[in-house]
Amino acid sequence: MPLEISAARPDPALLDLPWSIPLEEWPQDLLAALPRGISRHVVRFARLSGSVIAIKEIKADIARREFQMLRQLGRLDQPCVEPLGVVTGRTDAAGEPLDACLITRHLQFSLPYRVVFSQHLREDTAVRLLDALAVLLVRLHLVGYWWGDVSLSNTLFRRDAGAFAAYLVDAETGELHEQLTDGQRAHDIDIAQVNIAGEFMDLEASGVLPEGLDPVVMAQDIVTRYETLWHELTEDEWFDSGETWRVDQRIRRLNAQGFDVDELAIATDLDGTRIRIQPKVVDAGHHSRRLLRLTGLDVEENQARRLLNDLDSYTAATERQGEDEEIVAHDWLNRIYEPTVRAVPAELRGRLESAEIFHEVLEHRWFMAERLGHDIDIREALDDYLRHVLPGKPEERSVIDEERSS
Amino acid sequence: MATVKFDNATRVYPGNDSPSVDQLNIDIEDGEFLVLVGPSGCGKSTSLRMLAGLEEVNDGKIWIGDRDVTDLSPKDRDVAMVFQNYALYPHMSVAENMGFALKIAGEDKAQIRERVEEAAKILDLTQFLDRKPKALSGGQRQRVAMGRAIVRSPQVFLMDEPLSNLDAKLRVQTRTQIASLQRRLGVTTVYVTHDQVEAMTMGDRVALLKDGILQQCDSPRRMYDHPDNVFVAGFIGSPAMNLVSTPVVDGGVDFGTTTLQVERDALAEAGSRVIVGIRPEDVELTSEGDGMAIVVDVVEELGADAYIYGSAEDAAQVDSGEDDDGVKPFIARVDGRRPPRKGETIYIKPQEGHLHVFNAESGHRIGH
Repeated sequence: MPLEISAARPDPALLDLPWSIPLEEWPQDLLAALPRGISRHVVRFARLSGSVIAIKEIKADIARREFQMLRQLGRLDQPCVEPLGVVTGRTDAAGEPLDACLITRHLQFSLPYRVVFSQHLREDTAVRLLDALAVLLVRLHLVGYWWGDVSLSNTLFRRDAGAFAAYLVDAETGELHEQLTDGQRAHDIDIAQVNIAGEFMDLEASGVLPEGLDPVVMAQDIVTRYETLWHELTEDEWFDSGETWRVDQRIRRLNAQGFDVDELAIATDLDGTRIRIQPKVVDAGHHSRRLLRLTGLDVEENQARRLLNDLDSYTAATERQGEDEEIVAHDWLNRIYEPTVRAVPAELRGRLESAEIFHEVLEHRWFMAERLGHDIDIREALDDYLRHVLPGKPEERSVIDEERSS
Repeated sequence: MATVKFDNATRVYPGNDSPSVDQLNIDIEDGEFLVLVGPSGCGKSTSLRMLAGLEEVNDGKIWIGDRDVTDLSPKDRDVAMVFQNYALYPHMSVAENMGFALKIAGEDKAQIRERVEEAAKILDLTQFLDRKPKALSGGQRQRVAMGRAIVRSPQVFLMDEPLSNLDAKLRVQTRTQIASLQRRLGVTTVYVTHDQVEAMTMGDRVALLKDGILQQCDSPRRMYDHPDNVFVAGFIGSPAMNLVSTPVVDGGVDFGTTTLQVERDALAEAGSRVIVGIRPEDVELTSEGDGMAIVVDVVEELGADAYIYGSAEDAAQVDSGEDDDGVKPFIARVDGRRPPRKGETIYIKPQEGHLHVFNAESGHRIGH
């Protein structure tokens, strides 16, 4: 069987990779890093046309299925890694068949949970990771995706204005349904709880879990976080017919959580004295969509919230509240945001994503102002940040988990 | 440990007219290994998921022991899905890898250790308990994963195509391990597969489904020797049973140049045609002019035996309802030392007592 690469937009450089060699034996010079530890499948990270790709050796039918699943999730606007293609028909030098390969693009500036923990020994780091994972799981469940293997190792984390945004990395066990049953959701949460407890216990055994954190309590925490958010997004609410303002209140509350309401069911009881509302379709990314519309910047949700707040401050400071929002946003982009991120020297740009640097500069300005007791101009804060803070941070553009556990 | 009962259990997906599982009735005994098998879309996975609490039951009930679990959440059913995920944690010992889920459930240390040691004994992992999983072979790691499910000592194990992502060698190895382990543990187990060989080699009983409807639920031997209908006859067994449509004649059914005797009473309601089934190994070569003429197209020599693939000149093979790719050859197992040659015309009959007869309309078995 001839080698076959099926991909959405195939990169010809893919053909130059040594597909006739088992992935485990690929030459070092091709690899971006070598994952250690126990893996269900062989996974390698290779360089391709200036970026990093992840390659997983796996049976052909499973590879094709996962490829399609990741594409579908991408189309549904879910945060997951981007699938690049599937390589089948591999044979070794002796003509013996080799397993197929699934290729995904490495998510830039993403961090595996082990790396997050080895960098920051802060208690709230774990809480923030769990928050991000709970949001991801709720989002996936809202579109009818049953994950089947929810875990920190099957997730990548991107910094999001001091918090994290979670991305699904492994869709091997997942299924897309019209709508999930309560049983399917409960099963996924149960799997999450067991896996996360195991992962935290493993961190504990390797000595990187901050003291005072109990893996069992943390794992229970994901359940609570998930349930609270799910409830907030989907519960129905009854009120008297005179209180229609509560429809608006509900929508605002969801917006504040970062979700937009696409469809809302409103019904009355028989005599029309009571009204019931229930959000039917909610979409994550309320703030990031608004920022994208105003400025064209495509960033994570909390980063967008932060940037929008700064835009608001700019509007107030320049007394332009009455003006067209798009025009003010355009000026803010040209006068505040762009000059700040452009000022970062090229050799430091791989440390953090631009929007995260901007967020950190704002944080830095606040701390400087507090210390000095007066307002600080953003240029001054930027200068100090670039001199004293950013150079001390590690490069995060292509961090790879070298110790996968699944 | 417990019995499991599907009691008219029905699942209709929203927007579908016909049920994905239609009034399923199966009584599974305490400690039994039941395999749900069938082609894709037959409802086997849906049935398992109804039992697990992952799919709603729209009609009917599901019982575990004497508890009606139809509306219970998955957690409250005391069942364990095995092999859904089997990540091993590199910094934890084998014992910790097996027992950590009990810690979440709030079990005390001594109790956890006891149950882990018990499971390790059954799995031959005792000597590895204090090692790290990295030191284990692939097969041993599989067993640690099984151990994780065993220590929870659920009432029922549920397995949904657990071997599908293993390579061929590990698949056969793990298949044997699961079957023998289940017998040692004696825990009621429901196992889903699309592979009839897996079903026949592992199950105490096999339940074959098609289009959401249970076709037959019997021991592997009974499924093989006594298929209830044409679909079961064609699905169970490899290579598949030969199924030929033939006219009913005086005293039996027409078979080439001869008449195969079938009880008159049995044929009373059959109409003018029936389907006869003969397994490849039940074919007897006869002398020229006696029985059905087959032109040999391919001879596959396997040493002791040979399979011949041919075409019957005056009878068409019947589609048993399984996914069909064109005209099926007539298959016969013959003595490997004296196989017929390609192109030759041979005459065959079923061996005495090995003829299956089915109603051509309903597909149901005729006689016994």
